[in-house]
Amino acid sequence: MRSVLPVLSVVAMILGLWYAACLPMNIKGVLTEAERAGATVTPEGGKARRDMSEFALLVANGFAIPATWAQERPRLPAPHQVAIELWDTTVMKKITSKRSLVYHGWVTLSATLLGFVIGTGLGILLAIGIVHSRVMDMSVMPWAIVSQTIPIIALAPMIIVVLYSIGVQGIVPKAVISAYLSFFPVVVGMVKGLRSPDAMQLDLLRTYNASNGQGFWKLRLPASMPYLFASLKIGVAASLVGAIVGELPTGAVSGLGARLLAGSYYGQTVQIWSALFAAAILAAVLVGVLGLIETRVLKRMGMT
Amino acid sequence: MILVGVALLVWGLGWWVNTRLAEGPRAQSRAMQLLVPVIFGATILLVWELLVRGLQVPLVILPAPSLIAQRFAGSLPILWADFVQTILKGALGGYVIGCAAAFATAILVDRSDFLRRGLLPVGNFLAALPIVGTAPILVMWFGFDWHSKAAVVVVMVFFPVLVNTVAGLNETSAMQRDQMRTYAAGYWQSFFKLRLPAAMPFIFNGLKIATTLALVGAIVAEFFGSPTVGMGFRISASVGQLALDMVWAEIVVAALAGSLFYGLVAMIEKAVTFWHPSQRS
Amino acid sequence: MSETTVVEAKNLDLTFPTNDGPVQALKDVNLSIEKGEFVSFIGPSGCGKTTFLRVMAALETPTGGTITVNGVSPEEARKSRAYGYVFQAAGLYPWRTIAGNIKLPLEIMGFSRSERDRRVKDVLQLVDLEGFGGKYPWQLSGGMQQRASIARALGFDADILLMDEPFGALDEIVRDHLNEQLLALWDRTGKTIGFVTHSIPEAVYLSTKIVVMSPRPGRITDVIDSPLPRKRPLEIRDTPEFIEIAHRVREGLRAGHGDD
Repeated sequence: MRSVLPVLSVVAMILGLWYAACLPMNIKGVLTEAERAGATVTPEGGKARRDMSEFALLVANGFAIPATWAQERPRLPAPHQVAIELWDTTVMKKITSKRSLVYHGWVTLSATLLGFVIGTGLGILLAIGIVHSRVMDMSVMPWAIVSQTIPIIALAPMIIVVLYSIGVQGIVPKAVISAYLSFFPVVVGMVKGLRSPDAMQLDLLRTYNASNGQGFWKLRLPASMPYLFASLKIGVAASLVGAIVGELPTGAVSGLGARLLAGSYYGQTVQIWSALFAAAILAAVLVGVLGLIETRVLKRMGMT
Repeated sequence: MILVGVALLVWGLGWWVNTRLAEGPRAQSRAMQLLVPVIFGATILLVWELLVRGLQVPLVILPAPSLIAQRFAGSLPILWADFVQTILKGALGGYVIGCAAAFATAILVDRSDFLRRGLLPVGNFLAALPIVGTAPILVMWFGFDWHSKAAVVVVMVFFPVLVNTVAGLNETSAMQRDQMRTYAAGYWQSFFKLRLPAAMPFIFNGLKIATTLALVGAIVAEFFGSPTVGMGFRISASVGQLALDMVWAEIVVAALAGSLFYGLVAMIEKAVTFWHPSQRS
Repeated sequence: MSETTVVEAKNLDLTFPTNDGPVQALKDVNLSIEKGEFVSFIGPSGCGKTTFLRVMAALETPTGGTITVNGVSPEEARKSRAYGYVFQAAGLYPWRTIAGNIKLPLEIMGFSRSERDRRVKDVLQLVDLEGFGGKYPWQLSGGMQQRASIARALGFDADILLMDEPFGALDEIVRDHLNEQLLALWDRTGKTIGFVTHSIPEAVYLSTKIVVMSPRPGRITDVIDSPLPRKRPLEIRDTPEFIEIAHRVREGLRAGHGDD
C-alpha cells in the first residue's frame, strides 16, 4: 500500500506531461482555425507560421492556449477530451448502437475470449504431450520456442482472407488468430511448469510407487499452476492484440480495431484515442481478472 | 490420392525415425537435439507439399512450400527492399532508440526510491497493454515512412526494457551494498562495478522480449499506412491480390529476421553474462 | 587511551526500531582493543556480536555512548579505509576472476595498475591461492572462495581486519585448516583482527582476547585475556590451558543464558 502515493504521483506527472504536450502539438492547427474564424493571430497567414517553432507561436499567441485542449480534431487530444468521449460512447450510448464502444469492445472481446480458450486448451494439451513423450519434446519444443521470437502476428491478414475465401467470416477468423497467438506462450510456460517439480519430489513419488497419472495429478499439475497463470496473462494480452489486428485487413466495421482504422482514415483523433483506451482498459481487466483467479487458486492450494 | 497416401507414409516415417532417435542411446547429444527438430520440420514441409498437390488445394488457400520457395528466390530484390525498410530502418532504428531511452530513464529513476516505487507498477501495467494500437496515431504524427514505424517500436519496447532494467538494478544483496560501503565507494563506483553487472541478466531479458515486440510493431504499424515498400505493406497488398505465395515469402523473411535478431541479442547476452548460472553449462 | 589503542568503546548503546517495538541490540558496551590483538566475539544469536562489529565498521550507527576507531569516529575510519571487512559469505562477484575480485577495492580506492597487480600477487600468496588468480569464483570450492574474500580484504593493506563468522558456512575440516592459516597470516602481518564466531574452540584457538556476549539486551558478560602463546599448533587444543579457557567461555555463555 505504500506505493499508492508514488503511483499516483507518477500518473499525475504523466497527465501533466500530456497536457503540456498538447500545447506544441496543437498550436498550429488552433491558430489556423482561429484565423479562419476572424481572430488576429501573430504572425498572420499560415505560410508565415509554417516554419516557426511551436514554442515561439505559443509565446506570441498566449490567448490560444486553452483552445489547444479543446479542438475538435486535435493532433493530440487532451486527457479530458478522451475521457469525455469514452464516457459518451460507453455510458451515454445504447450498447446496441454502432457508435457505442461497449458494442465494439464486445465484438473484439468475444473473439479474444473464444480464441484464448481454444488456444489455451490446445496449448495445455500439447504441453502435457511434450512432458510425457520424449519424441514430442525433442521434435516440437524447439519450434515452439522459436515461434516466440518471430512476429507470427504477420500471418493475421492472410488468415482472415483465406478463411473468408472458404466462406468463414465473423468471429471465427479473429478467434483463430487469437488462439494461435495465445497457444505458444501457454505451451512454453506450461511445459516449464509441469517440469518444475525437482528430482527429490519426483523420487518421493517413486518411493510410493505412484503411477504416471498420479504423479501428474498430484504433483506436476499443481506445481505448474504459477507458471500457467504467468503465461495465461501473456497469452490473453496477445489474444487481444490478435483480435484487434484481425479486424484491420477486411475493412471490418465493428470492433476496436475497426474503430482505430476508421479513426485514422477520417482523422478522428479523439475516436482513435478512445478506442485505444478502451483496448487498454479491456487488456487491464482481462489481465486483472486472471490475476484475481490466480490469487484465489494459489491461495486455495496453499501456494502463496 | 496417391500423393495423399505418400504424405501419410512420410509422416509415419518421419515420426518413426524421430522416435528411434529420441529413445536411442545418443538422444542427449547436441547433434540429436538439433537433428530431431530438423527432421520434424522437414517432415512437416514434405507432408504440406504432398497434401497441397494431392488434394489440389488452390493457391489462394495454401500454396505449396516449393511454390513459396520459388517465389522467394524470384523476388529477392523486393524482399530485400522490404527487409531494409521494415527491419533495418523501422524495427532496428526504433529498437535502438527505445532501449536507450528506457535505459536512461531507468538510471534517472534509480536515484529516487519514490519514483521507482511509483514507476514500476505503472510501467508493468503499460507493458501489458496493446501498445501496437498507438500505430494509427503515430502514423498520423510521423508520416507514412519508416519514422512512424520506428516511433511505434520505441513505444513498444520502452516499458519492458525499463521495468526489467529498474528491477535488475535492485538485484544486489544487502551484503554486497554493505561491502561497497566498507570500501567507501561512491554512487557511480558501485553503479558501474556492482549494480550494472549484476543487472545484466535482467536487462538482457528485457532486450530479448523487445526484439520480438520490435518486429511486431514495425510490421503491424504498416497495416495503418505505409509507402509502397515494407513487409507489412507487402503482406496486406499481396493478401488483397490473393498472391499468397508472396505473403508466405514475406513471412519466411519475418521468421528469419526474428530468429536472427533474437539470436544475435542472445549471443551478446551469453558473452556478457557468461558468469550467470543460467549461462554456464 | 594509550598510543596503541585501536578501538575504544564507552557506554555504547544501540536500539533498533522494529514492528514489535524497539529492540536493544547493544547495551552499555565498554571495550578497548589494542594494536595487534586478535579479538573474538562469541555468544548466542541476538547477542549483538555482529552488530558491534558493524558499529566498528560504521555500517550501523550507535544510539548512545562513544566509539573511536584509530582515534577517530568509525565513519571517518571507514572513509579513510582503515579496515577490511570479511562477510559470512564470500560474496565474490561471479563476473570477475579471483584476481579481478581482489582488485575491486583497489580500483575503487584508486591504486595504480602496476600497484594493483603487485598487491594481487602478494595477497594471493598470503592466502595460499597462487595460480588461481585467473579462475572465476564459481570454479573454486567454498573454502577457496572464502580465502579469496580474505585476500580481497587484505589487498588494500588496512591495519584492521573485521571478520563476521567468515568460516561459519564451511565444514569442520576446512575450517580447521583456514583457522591455522589465519593465525599464520595474523602472525606475519601484525594486523588487529576482530572476529565474530559462535564456536567456542574457534574463539579460544584464535584469540588473544575473547569477548563473551549475551542477548536481550546485547551486552558483554566477560572479557577473557588468553594466556596461550602467539604460536599455536592445532594440537594446542588438547592442552589443559586450552580446555580451561574453553571451560570459562562456556561458563560465561551459560551465565548469560541464565539471566532470561
